Amino acid sequence: MGYKACVEKAADFFSVHSGSGHFWYQRVTAVALVPLSIWLLVLLHKALNAPYADTVAWLSSPFNTLAIIAWTVAVVYHAALGVQVVIEDYVSTIPVRHLAIRATNLTFLVLGIAALLAIVIILLAR
Amino acid sequence: MVEFTLPRNSVVKKGKLYKADGATNIRLVQVYRWDPDSGENPRIDSYEIDMDHCGPMVLDAILKIKNEIDSSLTFRRSCREGVCGSCAMNINGKNTLACIKAISDYQGTIKIFPLPHMSVIKDLVADMSHFFEQYASIKPWLTASSEAPADSERLQSREDRAKLDGLYECVLCASCSTSCPSYWWNSDKYLGPAILLQAYRWLADSRDDNDKERLDELDESFKLYRCHTIMNCTDTCPKGLNPAKAIAEIKKRLVERDHL
Repeated sequence: MGYKACVEKAADFFSVHSGSGHFWYQRVTAVALVPLSIWLLVLLHKALNAPYADTVAWLSSPFNTLAIIAWTVAVVYHAALGVQVVIEDYVSTIPVRHLAIRATNLTFLVLGIAALLAIVIILLAR
Repeated sequence: MVEFTLPRNSVVKKGKLYKADGATNIRLVQVYRWDPDSGENPRIDSYEIDMDHCGPMVLDAILKIKNEIDSSLTFRRSCREGVCGSCAMNINGKNTLACIKAISDYQGTIKIFPLPHMSVIKDLVADMSHFFEQYASIKPWLTASSEAPADSERLQSREDRAKLDGLYECVLCASCSTSCPSYWWNSDKYLGPAILLQAYRWLADSRDDNDKERLDELDESFKLYRCHTIMNCTDTCPKGLNPAKAIAEIKKRLVERDHL
C-alpha cells in the first residue's frame, strides 16, 4: 500500500458507514465513559496529590491499566464520532465536509496512538 | 456553510400602520409582508384590530385584515378547525395553526411570520413542495405482501390499532419540521420530524409488512440521524403530538435490528 493510500485509510479510520452504526457506537462509548470518567477523576485526584512513583505504581495494577486504556480508546472514538456529526450538521459544501471529517479522524487517530504510546512508555519505564 | 445573516434583499423593513379609527378594544397585529412582484424587501405591516368585531382565533384576525383592511394579504387556510394544516405559521415566535390558537393566549402585540427557514412564495405562504416530495419518498401508503381480503377490510386488533394513536392525527402542517434547527441546516437531505413521524406511522402499522425496506431507506446518516433530540418539534406541535418520540422509536428499531 502506497503512502497516500495509507494516509487515506487512516483518515477514514473512524468512519462508520451505516447511520445506525454511528448512532450505536456513539451511545455505547458514551455509556462506557460514565464509569470510566469517574474512575479517571479519582485517578487524577490521587495523581495530583502523590509523588510520580506512586501514580505509576497505581496505574500498573492490571485493572487500572485496562481502565486507562479503555478510557483513552472510548474517549478518542467518541470524540471523533461526535465531531463528525457537528461537521456534517454545519458544513454543507461536500468536498470541504469530507476533508474536514478526514482531517478530524486523522487528528484523533494520532492523538489516540500518542496517548496509548505514552501509557505503554510510562508502564515499561517502571 | 451555514449562513447566519439574511441576504440583503431579505432584510425586513418597517411597513405601514393601519389604524382602527373609533375602536375602543384594540389589539395590534404585525404581519410579515413580501410580494415577489414588487421587487422590494419584505416589510412588517401593523394592523389595529377592533376586537369587539373580531372572532376569537388568530385566523379570525387575519381574515378580518384580509376582508376589511388590506385585501392584498396572502395566506393559506381552509378548514378553520385544525384538521387541514393549511394555516401553519409562526405566531409570536412559535409555529402553530392560526385557526386553533386563541388571540387571548397572547399578551400585547401579535407578530405573525411565515414558517421559518422556508422559501416564501408571498406574505405568509411558504413553498411546501420539497416537504411534500420528502413525504412521498417514505411511501406513505400500506404495502402488504399478502392479498387483500376479497370481501372485508384488513383487520387489526384493538391493541395494534392503539399503536397508531399519536401518529395518525398528524395533519402535515410542517410546524414541527420548520421549527427544527437540524431541518433548517440540512432540509435537503434530513427528512425532518413530520416526515419521520409519518415514516414511523407505517412502521407501527400491523397491516404493513414492508418494515425491512422502510428501515433500510431510513438507515442513513442524513435522512434520520440529523435528529439530535432538540425537541422543538414536540414543543411546537399544534396537535400535541410527539415526533421526537417517533424518531426515537425508529432509531430503537434500527439498533435492535442491526446491533442487538
